[in-house]
Amino acid sequence: MATTSLKKINQRSFDYWKAQHLLNRAGFGGQPTQVLALRNMGPEDAVDHLLNFERTGEDPIRADRFDSTIMRPRTEEERNEFQRARRTGDEAVLERYRQQRQQRQRADRRQLTEIQDWWLQRMIETPTPMLEKLVLFWHGHFATAYRPVEDSYHMFLQNQLFRSHAAGNFKNDLVRGIIRDPAMIKYLNNNQNNRRSPNENLARELMELFTLGEGRGYTERDIKEGARALTGYTYQDDVFRFNGRNHDDDDKTIFGRSGNWDGDDFVELIFSRPDSARFITEKLYRYFVNDAPGSFTKAQDTVIRKLTQTLVRSGWELRPMLRQLLLSEHFYDSENIGACIKSPTQLIVQAIRSLRTPARDLRTLNTACGYMGQSLMNPPSVKGWEGGRKWINTSTLFIRQNISLYLLTGRDERTNPWDAGSTDYSARHLVQHLEGISGRDTVRDGVVYLLRFAHSVPPDEGRVQQWVDYVNQRGGQLDEPTLINLLALITAAPEYQLC
Amino acid sequence: MTTHHEHPWSRRLFLQQGVTLASLAATTPLFIEQSARGVMLPVGSMVSSQAGVPEDRVLVVVQLGGGNDGLNTVVPYGSADYYRLRPQLGIAAPGRSNGALSIDGADGIGLNPAMSGFKELMDEGVAGIIQGVGYPNPNRSHFSSMDIWHSADPEGKNNGWIGRYFDNTCGGTPNPEAGVAIGRQAPLAMQGATQLPVSFERAELFRWMGTDMDPNLERPYDEIARTAHADEVEEARSQSAFLKRTTLDARVSSDKVRRAVAKAPLITYPNTNLAGQLRMVGAMIRAELPTRVYYVTLGGFDTHANQAGQHARLLEQVGNALNAFYRDLKAQGNTSRVLTMVFSEFGRRVAQNGSGGTDHGTAAPMYVIGDMVRPGLLGTHPSLTRLDGGDLIHNTDFRTVYASVIEDWMGADAGSVLGGRWKTDSILRTS
Repeated sequence: MATTSLKKINQRSFDYWKAQHLLNRAGFGGQPTQVLALRNMGPEDAVDHLLNFERTGEDPIRADRFDSTIMRPRTEEERNEFQRARRTGDEAVLERYRQQRQQRQRADRRQLTEIQDWWLQRMIETPTPMLEKLVLFWHGHFATAYRPVEDSYHMFLQNQLFRSHAAGNFKNDLVRGIIRDPAMIKYLNNNQNNRRSPNENLARELMELFTLGEGRGYTERDIKEGARALTGYTYQDDVFRFNGRNHDDDDKTIFGRSGNWDGDDFVELIFSRPDSARFITEKLYRYFVNDAPGSFTKAQDTVIRKLTQTLVRSGWELRPMLRQLLLSEHFYDSENIGACIKSPTQLIVQAIRSLRTPARDLRTLNTACGYMGQSLMNPPSVKGWEGGRKWINTSTLFIRQNISLYLLTGRDERTNPWDAGSTDYSARHLVQHLEGISGRDTVRDGVVYLLRFAHSVPPDEGRVQQWVDYVNQRGGQLDEPTLINLLALITAAPEYQLC
Repeated sequence: MTTHHEHPWSRRLFLQQGVTLASLAATTPLFIEQSARGVMLPVGSMVSSQAGVPEDRVLVVVQLGGGNDGLNTVVPYGSADYYRLRPQLGIAAPGRSNGALSIDGADGIGLNPAMSGFKELMDEGVAGIIQGVGYPNPNRSHFSSMDIWHSADPEGKNNGWIGRYFDNTCGGTPNPEAGVAIGRQAPLAMQGATQLPVSFERAELFRWMGTDMDPNLERPYDEIARTAHADEVEEARSQSAFLKRTTLDARVSSDKVRRAVAKAPLITYPNTNLAGQLRMVGAMIRAELPTRVYYVTLGGFDTHANQAGQHARLLEQVGNALNAFYRDLKAQGNTSRVLTMVFSEFGRRVAQNGSGGTDHGTAAPMYVIGDMVRPGLLGTHPSLTRLDGGDLIHNTDFRTVYASVIEDWMGADAGSVLGGRWKTDSILRTS
């Protein structure tokens, strides 16, 4: 049974492989030299280095990075002309508006792909991987899909919200932020939520998916009343707007407490529920520690309970809880090493960051992410991605194997035939530190190291022997082509999907 | 390709051993190793969960994406309103130039002349049209309405209806090939809580491509799957055991699927997108894959402008592809065990728009093909005089059609898949 201790792991136990585990989970893995550097810092400095990402100073993002005007609403003049044309049946004008709209939608879809590529590139190149890892978590948690939103700039702004508060205050920054977020307001129809005909969508998901969890301590009545509290929460252009005329100013009774509640009051009431820290802590636990299916074990339950206490005691600040978790003996327990299944994004970004393959073509990578079930900014529903085993089926497994091959070789069946010369990727750096050490079996050590390095778990002897034999059949040298072939096999093995 | 004398479970062997072993292997891949060493079950030992329903029944779903114009597919030529609202787009009555094809026994209702392939199937009594299918409070967004059809949930928030059917019938043991979708992404309809479909665009891409880089990688790659032995108890919690099992499943499915699809069909299919997909489905049915549901998709039906020519080409493609698929099944002797169901997320508005096209509408027909279907026109054509804001009012909820497919064809309980009672008339022959 795994230790339930949240005591800090001691310096001596924090070896190279534990440092790699930390970098895999609180980031997207890294090259041997980066793992080594992290190990040499010791656990506390290593965790702080990853978690205090503000200090590292990421490139600032310019507000004009993307075009905010593509989907701007029509001007009054345009609206009048359009209405007139509708009344008089002026087909020429109506047709012009139809075409204009189609053009703008096309341009906006194009911009969304640019934003997807920008985000993926950030994950690949960032000096602050834990920030990106959290942004991805919040995107899955406050899941919003572009398709119904139809405004790529709003999706970008939402990404910025997650970025600004990635390890900030869950209640005050993130939950209060999300009920003011234009993309979310549009996605869950809160722009249609007014006192005359309340729309319950946001109120329901706020409790069911964002905070309390499905069926955990609220009633249908609380949803109805909560929806009234959220009436008038809408947006104009790119910013939140409280529309007092649509807001219901009468008393609402939520969780048995009556008052003229607004959206922020509703949030406060939710967070005053007993055990309201439980759901988000469970989700963070599955994301960072262990995503095996089924209910939590007793040991996990104990750990999660302790973490929720930290979260509540800090007034919903996320950083203390994350720090406690990433430093804990529990986090480094062997039961939790390699116990997560890589998300498609993790698979791709980790391959590039740890094996140091070229990033290749971002569009291809994003498309592949979609085929593997994680189209960024297009989660399948407001429930986000379930993760874990849901990523894997026979089809996605082949795509996972083949996208890894693509990263290693740059060859893809469509654009670049397989018989074109040798690859531009060198894998030597992965095993360089093993060279020149006399009295060692270079092939076996190389295979063992590569397997452990790429698979996150200690290799089993059968697998090692298979591939030692393979290398020996090829002439017993870990030369460049042999390394590439070996990595092709290593990335095709089931263990490679683990993190 | 290298041979695998040393591995008694190799694909070559179990393909030689035929259907039963392959099917069982797919349900419990662990079985391969033991069974292939000699434990052979007699052919026909597969038993259904429900008496009287053979396990080998197949459903093929054809999705027409974009919103197919029902009124120009199944043409109400007897209605003056039709021609009043569609002065240019309306299809003329039978007998006129480019007029509709008349349907036996139907008064005032015909088929788009491009649908001759489908008409032939109707004449043979193996195709039916369910008229005026929709759902309350129709959603006119492609995305939302498609989700509603896929999830059979008016909120569009549930997982897929076929996926739930699998969840209920497979008893927690995912069968890796129970559902096969042609296309790169698995349709929501096929995604259940535990069951996910196999999906691929082209069968030859449904495999690991490392052997293209170096053919000598085949052998060590095979060994990856071979050592993927894991026991089921372990799998409940071990991610690694789960991944090993799926790796073996993938290897097995890939070989079966590619081998099946590589075979030349018994008839010639037209050279079109949909026909190509149905050709693959036909090949997999012929190869006796243990697949219960296949899913194919054709897009392009969002005909907002200059509809006439474009729509006719699409319908011609659909009619001829369905016709060829039926001929293939006939040549295989499989027409009585395959039911094909065609749907679109919505029909189009009754009145044409100013661009020679039609905008998003509501109710539309569904189409069913197979020896078991009630042929001809089912239900009644939606009224063209009593409209809801210019849109047709549905008179059959699509969930009643699903219910009939689930209960009468697949032999499962529709209530537990769809929630609530939807079953009304059967879409199948009663005999």
